[in-house]
Amino acid sequence: MNKEVKIPKMDFKSVGTRPIRPDGVDKVTGRARYGADLDLPGQLVGRVLRSPHAHASIKKIDTSKAEALPGVKAIVTSKDLPDAPAKAAGLEATLENCMARKKVFYDGHAVAAVAAIDAKTAKQALKLIDVEYKILKHVTDVDEAADPKAPVLHKDCLTRGVKPKPVKASNIARVSEFGHGNVKKGFKAADIVLERNFRTEQAHQGYIEPHACVASMSPDGSGELWVCTQGHFVFRQQCAQLLGLDESKLRVTSSEIGGGFGGKTHLWLEPVALALSRKANLPVKLVMTREEVFRASGPTSAASIDIKMGVTRDGTITAGEATLRYSSGPWVGSWAMLGAMTSFACYDLENVKTVGKEILVNRPKTTAYRAPSAPMAAFAVESMIDELAAQIGMDPVDLRLKNVAREGTRASYGPVYGPIGIEPSLEAAKIHPHMSAPLKENQGRGMACGFWFNFGGQACTDLNINADGSVSLTVGTIDVGGARASLSLVVAEELGIEYEKVKTVIGDSATLGYNEMTDGSRGTFASSMSAIMSARKAIDVMKQRAADTWDVPVSEVEWVDGHAVAKGRKKSNRPPLSIADIASVAEKNGGPIAGHTEMVADGAGVSFATHICDVEVDPETGQTRVVRYTVIQDAGKAVHPTYVEGQFQGGAAQGIGWALNEEYVYGDDGRLQNAGFLDYRIPVCSDLPMIDTQILEIPNPNHPYGIRGVGETSIVPPLAAIGNAVSNAFGVRMTHVPMSPPRILDALEKAELETA
Amino acid sequence: MSMLISSTINGDTVDFICEPDETLMDALRNRVGLKGVKEGCGTGDCGACSVHLDGKLVCSCLVLGAEAEGRTVETVEGMSDGAKLHPLQTKFIEHAALQCGICTPGFLMAAQTLLENNPDPTETEIRYALAGNLCRCTGYDKIVRAVQDAAAVMRKKSK
Amino acid sequence: MLYQSPHTAAEAVDLLKKSKGSVHVLAGGSDLLVRMKGGFIEPDLIVDIKRIPATQQIKASKSGFIIGAAVSCAELAQNKALVKAWPGVVEAANLIGSDQIQSRCTMAGNLCNASPAADSVPALIAANAEAVIQGPKGKRVIPVAKVVTGPGKTSLKKGEFIEALKLPSGSAKSGDAYLRFIPRTEMDIAVVSAAVNLSIDAKKVVTDARVALGAVAPTALLVPAGAKALIGSKLEEEALEKLGAACAKACNPIDDKRGTIDFRVKVAKVLATRAAKAAYARAGGK
Repeated sequence: MNKEVKIPKMDFKSVGTRPIRPDGVDKVTGRARYGADLDLPGQLVGRVLRSPHAHASIKKIDTSKAEALPGVKAIVTSKDLPDAPAKAAGLEATLENCMARKKVFYDGHAVAAVAAIDAKTAKQALKLIDVEYKILKHVTDVDEAADPKAPVLHKDCLTRGVKPKPVKASNIARVSEFGHGNVKKGFKAADIVLERNFRTEQAHQGYIEPHACVASMSPDGSGELWVCTQGHFVFRQQCAQLLGLDESKLRVTSSEIGGGFGGKTHLWLEPVALALSRKANLPVKLVMTREEVFRASGPTSAASIDIKMGVTRDGTITAGEATLRYSSGPWVGSWAMLGAMTSFACYDLENVKTVGKEILVNRPKTTAYRAPSAPMAAFAVESMIDELAAQIGMDPVDLRLKNVAREGTRASYGPVYGPIGIEPSLEAAKIHPHMSAPLKENQGRGMACGFWFNFGGQACTDLNINADGSVSLTVGTIDVGGARASLSLVVAEELGIEYEKVKTVIGDSATLGYNEMTDGSRGTFASSMSAIMSARKAIDVMKQRAADTWDVPVSEVEWVDGHAVAKGRKKSNRPPLSIADIASVAEKNGGPIAGHTEMVADGAGVSFATHICDVEVDPETGQTRVVRYTVIQDAGKAVHPTYVEGQFQGGAAQGIGWALNEEYVYGDDGRLQNAGFLDYRIPVCSDLPMIDTQILEIPNPNHPYGIRGVGETSIVPPLAAIGNAVSNAFGVRMTHVPMSPPRILDALEKAELETA
Repeated sequence: MSMLISSTINGDTVDFICEPDETLMDALRNRVGLKGVKEGCGTGDCGACSVHLDGKLVCSCLVLGAEAEGRTVETVEGMSDGAKLHPLQTKFIEHAALQCGICTPGFLMAAQTLLENNPDPTETEIRYALAGNLCRCTGYDKIVRAVQDAAAVMRKKSK
Repeated sequence: MLYQSPHTAAEAVDLLKKSKGSVHVLAGGSDLLVRMKGGFIEPDLIVDIKRIPATQQIKASKSGFIIGAAVSCAELAQNKALVKAWPGVVEAANLIGSDQIQSRCTMAGNLCNASPAADSVPALIAANAEAVIQGPKGKRVIPVAKVVTGPGKTSLKKGEFIEALKLPSGSAKSGDAYLRFIPRTEMDIAVVSAAVNLSIDAKKVVTDARVALGAVAPTALLVPAGAKALIGSKLEEEALEKLGAACAKACNPIDDKRGTIDFRVKVAKVLATRAAKAAYARAGGK
């Protein structure tokens, strides 16, 4: 804790307040335009034909009958999206997912698409496309797929990351390993060693807005794409690469986005819509149905985790070891790797080893979902820690505190931590009134911790000072939850003006340099850093203008509360110049005033949380309800506390849904059984209590205002917190998420049999 | 065969053409241009397309456009009094009861119906009345608070 | 496709009788439109019966209630006499879907959709309800229990539609209750459900009972052995155990995305017992 924390700014005026958001009125009046809300002249309706099979080779696709149907303007198959450009860009899997090549790999995999004059015609045309399949054996379960006897998805898949390199193909696409010390030695030193397998089922991000885009390609080879996405620069780059266009020729505009949570970071429909438009020479709107969203857009991994931990009687965790198998869909991802990295990140362990295995299955391509891969690993580790605490008779919070990671701790995944918030969040939990509130019959309380890396990456912002003194900020990161308000606050803070004077908009892909997506909790972190830099550059310009006006060296001009102030003795009788004073005469002394920033926003600063949860279980039916919930998380500095709370609450609610009810259910035929909100059961309003929040502010030394990302960590602890609560209520250890009523009832009955 | 339907929509007489199997949601969005009616599922599970049909709260995806003949339809576009927002609209913004906002029009429609029938609902009543509207961003906390606050404002006004 | 909204039952029957291809009756539409959206059906003709006056009314008389086929489930809750006489039936109907769905869905539609998990059907069967059917040969009345013949199948013949449902008049000494199990608190389809309707005498002994289960067989089930277990009892532990055993024995469920065989059988027992207690209390037993 001796390291100096450099936070130049601490006395905030705008940052930390709770003004209303600039997009609020549009969103309560129906004006806000989302992916499906744009109509272009001459626009066609697109639809995608999808595989009904989990695994099959495509023998033949005959589109002639569909092409002959009046009103059909274009049909595309893999032929219209050739392999070569994708190969050159390393996007083979992305392309293959968007449009199947020789094989279909999951129920819902796209095989063809049509553009027609209306929805009715498009629907009819799909029926007229004749696809001949040869059905292959499939595998959807993560553990079955890892078995050497399982049907192999890709005959050329030789496990990467192991030595010697295997000669036989399998579904284990990649292995990655992390840790330090010697776990064998660690287990020997332990008084208690426990081993268990934990499983979590596949969950979907469940954003309410289905994927949607409008693509318009012109015969001159340029194009426009309107799309709900978390990253329009990434979409532009990848679509341009897949279609063989210069990036400058494709202008991508991000619509308002109706939720993403990681699910809108990948291409699904967009290259197909562009290919349809190119072929039809007309704009094409392509919107997924809800069923398509579930069948054919990215859920998170299903996971199976073998974990072993050892502890001494005095509460020192001597070793932690985990092997994590994560389903990756039909193509390799980094999901198990992320799980392996995050598993033990909350703790300071001498001996730790984690092995992640990416497992290929006949399910849709795994996609990022809010702190991807961390909740499953936390479910295993945090459940295990509670069990160890019970074994040695120690309070679970105290056991965590005894082993907690601090500044200077070497993380299990490699780096050494700076100032971090896990210990303060545990201390806060310990004294939180929730911890000591009485419980009723059939209720239990649990707690758990969570970690997420956070990300920074490339950002580019453009800040323009208008003649009337108002400020326009253009950013390239998508606003998913109020970022425009937060960024206006940051700029208002830096310039020393009112929040209302700053209007933030999201620029399209032609207006700014490359920005990475709104993922990795980076939106506010990275764009605020860039916006602050832009504001500082604009201040520099304005100071120079003031110096010129006063005929003093710029070193004698200060920026104070939105004004240029002359500080030299000679000129200090001059009245300060406001932004409007300076900007209104810009035409006479140098032209428009702006600040531009292009940067890599390093130093995102890791994020930690502790959650407390009370559940009530009906012991006769297994029905479980969360009756009280508290989130304690480090925000670095909360720019707009209300939106920070919103992130905490939203993540917790998603975690609760996953913990209790959400799961992909596949039939023996490899088809998804519950592709809708009726049977994929996300929490409804009456399922949840109010979700209390406590924001901790342990400044991130790498950000001028100390900001950390806050978007993701809140989904990490709930699975374990709820599992621990059920365990504390009934003495049963839940090892399978979701803890659905049948699973809870089974566990209760088994426990009863054991004690009988 | 297309049908010509005449309805009163947000107070105006509106004629629109639709297919006999076309939903009211599609007709409102694509024929009348009311894009505030959102499609989240098309099967009545998410409530994003909620509108008032003859004063009753319905999912417009579960109504045929043809059924609207001679009936009145209210959508989120008709909720404010000109530029003056309805208290629910104001409170949703103030409480940050929306993050992405795609579910918001449906929630506003449902909350309006609730408060018309029950001006002083309990938290539990609010939660059950809004159970037909899915929100994936907020965890509902701030939505419930916004409705409670709007209800208080509306009770004060009606006194 | 054609959409028709006749104003009389005779017109509706005529349309249904003469129709060719896929024809569907539209009451509330909360199942029909979902099936259309999913592509499970592609109607050639939809006959909207909501503009037929008889389908829109609730008529109460000494002999009971006649509930029009297009009366929404939300409207049922507003009819005080109906709620007083058949609280279990109204409860069951009100459990279907959200408030949005409640404005539209109907018990007759719930019945004709012929899902084994329909909420109102076990309650209607327990209540000994009847269906008033209009058809080419005029009106006929059959027990609700005879309408559904299997998942998605009914005994209605070409040209027929349900115009109304009939419930007997309740008595002060009788009560009914319906309970279902769903994983969430709202918006789910019943994983298993139970309805109990019973009457008691002055000594609080059950004189008559009907027990029905949902989502545990291809159709909602009447469980006479369950009723037998209750009759003559004051719902003592032993009677409830017998009821539970009878219900478990009657179950013939499947494993599916919503629940397992084992879970359904166990919870059917629990719900039947709880519903019996609730019905008994409503009858004035406790």
